[in-house]
Amino acid sequence: MAEMIKVENLDKTFTLHLRGGIALPVLRNTGFSVHAGECVTLHGPSGAGKSTLLRSIYGNYRPQSGRILIRHDGQPVDIVNAEPRVVLEIRRRTLGYVTQFLRVIPRVSTLDIVAEPMLARGAGEQAARARAAELLTRLQIAEKMWSLPPATFSGGEQQRINIARGFCAEYPILLLDEPTASLDETNRKIVINLIDDARQRGTAIVAIVHDAETRAAITTRLLPLEAQGVAA
Amino acid sequence: MTPDLEQTPLLSVELLNKSFGRQQACRDVSFDLWPGEVLGIVGESGSGKSTLLNAIAGRLSVDSGKVLYRTGANSIIDLASASDAQRRHLMRTEWGFVQQHARDGLRMGFSAGANIGERLMALGDKHYGKLRDTALDWLQAVEIAPERIDDLPRTFSGGMQQRLQIARNLVTRPRIVLMDEPTGGLDVSVQARLLDLLRRLVQEHNVACIVVTHDLGVARLLAHRLMVMRRGQVVEAGLTDQLLDDPQHAYTQLLVSSVLSV
Repeated sequence: MAEMIKVENLDKTFTLHLRGGIALPVLRNTGFSVHAGECVTLHGPSGAGKSTLLRSIYGNYRPQSGRILIRHDGQPVDIVNAEPRVVLEIRRRTLGYVTQFLRVIPRVSTLDIVAEPMLARGAGEQAARARAAELLTRLQIAEKMWSLPPATFSGGEQQRINIARGFCAEYPILLLDEPTASLDETNRKIVINLIDDARQRGTAIVAIVHDAETRAAITTRLLPLEAQGVAA
Repeated sequence: MTPDLEQTPLLSVELLNKSFGRQQACRDVSFDLWPGEVLGIVGESGSGKSTLLNAIAGRLSVDSGKVLYRTGANSIIDLASASDAQRRHLMRTEWGFVQQHARDGLRMGFSAGANIGERLMALGDKHYGKLRDTALDWLQAVEIAPERIDDLPRTFSGGMQQRLQIARNLVTRPRIVLMDEPTGGLDVSVQARLLDLLRRLVQEHNVACIVVTHDLGVARLLAHRLMVMRRGQVVEAGLTDQLLDDPQHAYTQLLVSSVLSV
């Protein structure tokens, strides 16, 4: 199976200029790789840098040194040093990121929010809407809500809409940050199935999951992370 | 590496400098703008961001530097040294400029329809029926009722005026639109509608934009990429979410921490 992500010698320190320039080292010399069809779960105590690592892979955080090679169009591209428009292009076609928080865009309907990433990947309007409808149904969002913007929906509904959005485009790589947090039992199982389906299609997945049961259900390999600590 | 991305920028600003007396408003500003890209310029009042926008548009002369624009005919023009006639022609055709105050960008003595038709007429379009149809289409695109076509802009609300100004600019399908605090003077509820509309139109027409704003929420929603200016200099630039979520420069950290939530 193809190597989809390769993280090499990654260092990330946050410098808080407004706090007298205090430096918080979070990642030091981190390295690992993820192949197609794998679900690697980041594991470690709070503060070990799980989210920092995931956000760095997405190009959202900027590490000080090291490389993160993302397989994009069959070629490894270093997202740490790629220019912004290349990062956007990688996100558009290769790299999905799912959190539990939906960024609501005023006036855009639920169905359009979910279909958008698939449209952006080049799918036709009809196919994208059909896939969005299928995911919303699977995640138990009532059809009467599809035409409404989700701003006034409950937290759990917004979370499931965000998951539908994340899975709609069938990206080759998926980054999942606590996708099942605060979901009820039924919906958690649905999301676990979605993750499993994606993995079996060959999607490379990196996940952060606190719930032990969900973690056991989706993980093919555990990646332990240790806290660096300010004193280290 | 990514062969489907454009190879040459639409606009290259190189080492642009502009002073007002001893006050240096823009110092060695350089950046590229790519087709269809939305670049946000953020920073507090007096940081030089509006001066930069006006200098790029040729509304202010620059002290030194280049503003290289690749035209629709694929030739490169340095707007910093172009003739007034050349610049005026571009501003009427391939460029648009959305002012913070709609009254500065509209002809307040002309009807809404005439405001939209003016740039088309300047391009030689004289067929009254066609102009009127285009104006109606654009009124609809910016969510203004068609029966308002013969009304004067001063009978419009602030949000409507701003939407009319946007229609007036986009009607000639410009390749670049510059915007100076486009949501500046509007109520929050009106801002959301305008932002959503701008986001959609910019995407649909694949138009490159430079948007000056002090509102990081606006920047987050509209811009692909941000430049942070302070005292005439670009202190940090990068992908919008990188810059807002992981700001590196002390001044960017201050800006980001000064707002409630973006």
